[in-house]
Amino acid sequence: MSIDFKELVQDFANGLWTENPIIRLVIGMCPTLAVTNTASNGLAMGLATSFVLIMSEIVISIIKKLIPANVRIPSYILIIATFVTFTDYFLKAFFPDIAASLSIFIPLIVVNCLILGRQEAFASKNPTHRAIADGLGMGIGFTWVLTLLGIIREVLGMGSVFGLQVLGEWYRPMVIMVLPAGAFITLGILVGIMNQISREGK
Amino acid sequence: MEEFTQILLLFISTVLINNFVLIRFLGICPFLGVSKQVETAFSMGLATTFVMTLTAAATWMINTFILEALNLPFLQYVSFIIVIASLVQFVEMFIKKTSPVLYKALGIFLPLITTNCAIMGLALLIPLNGYSFIASVVFGFGAGVGFTLAIVLMAGLREKLEFGDVPGILKGVPVTLIIAGIMAMAFMGFSGLISM
Repeated sequence: MSIDFKELVQDFANGLWTENPIIRLVIGMCPTLAVTNTASNGLAMGLATSFVLIMSEIVISIIKKLIPANVRIPSYILIIATFVTFTDYFLKAFFPDIAASLSIFIPLIVVNCLILGRQEAFASKNPTHRAIADGLGMGIGFTWVLTLLGIIREVLGMGSVFGLQVLGEWYRPMVIMVLPAGAFITLGILVGIMNQISREGK
Repeated sequence: MEEFTQILLLFISTVLINNFVLIRFLGICPFLGVSKQVETAFSMGLATTFVMTLTAAATWMINTFILEALNLPFLQYVSFIIVIASLVQFVEMFIKKTSPVLYKALGIFLPLITTNCAIMGLALLIPLNGYSFIASVVFGFGAGVGFTLAIVLMAGLREKLEFGDVPGILKGVPVTLIIAGIMAMAFMGFSGLISM
């Protein structure tokens, strides 16, 4: 079997910008808004989601021929739920602080439409090595937007990045940015800016 | 009487103070996706409320009588998602048989409820908060009403916005998110309405 590297790079790059899950496809919004109040929360959530995404894409692309077509969605959800349980117990054991601050949004990865959507749209139709490239690209695409959102909200809302104070005493934190309302507004403006950038690029 | 007051307070706080969509960030996908028209938004809200109330009852029983009784907490996520998926399927078949008109009106929204994170979130929050059976059902119903309230308000605003002059780059998703932000600010005003 020959591996077409150009195709692999294409699959990988897709998720980073042209088909970025958050800013282009607008899916997986609940965790995007809820856990990005600090940069480290955003990064942790992005990594946890990426892990589940890549692992379930690998498993599903391997066993895709064994799954009968009319029970495929429940089967995908079961596979995803298994990896989510694994991730949740791992975080609770080794990173209890992060697990506590992400609370129910770790188990909610089960119903993240991004993950189920990629299984249906990609992993169930393509060979394993392409599924890995797609999972990596989508995962990194999801993670960088979440981290950026977390950085913006943390700087404006608390004057710090990853817990380090970057803005001096003179800065009066805009508390609204770490509250729910700030999440909606920041993401709205961010998507608007991204639209503008990709429009200029054309 | 005391208990009744508690239940009533729980209901009000679930609908307004801890609104599932605007304060807890659950169910954002349908909130953004199905809020273009007031009518469809209302149908979606009703279907979701119905499934949420049933989910609250079903997952409470499974969690208390099976998972906790047999000490199987690691099966929580897997069993909850199966319960929700089968409940949605059941509701779909039931509505199709009893009211074809309503079935047609809800259309694609019914199966989509399975992946609505508000439902799964509800199932996970109940054992976390340690509610009794009645409190769980009220919590589920209140969450549904809160979801309906948010999505109908949003649809109303978006219908008006169709005629508004929105700057080019903000058209579509961005302006919807910004409106949601302003709505969330308004809902923050409810905090402190009652202290529990």
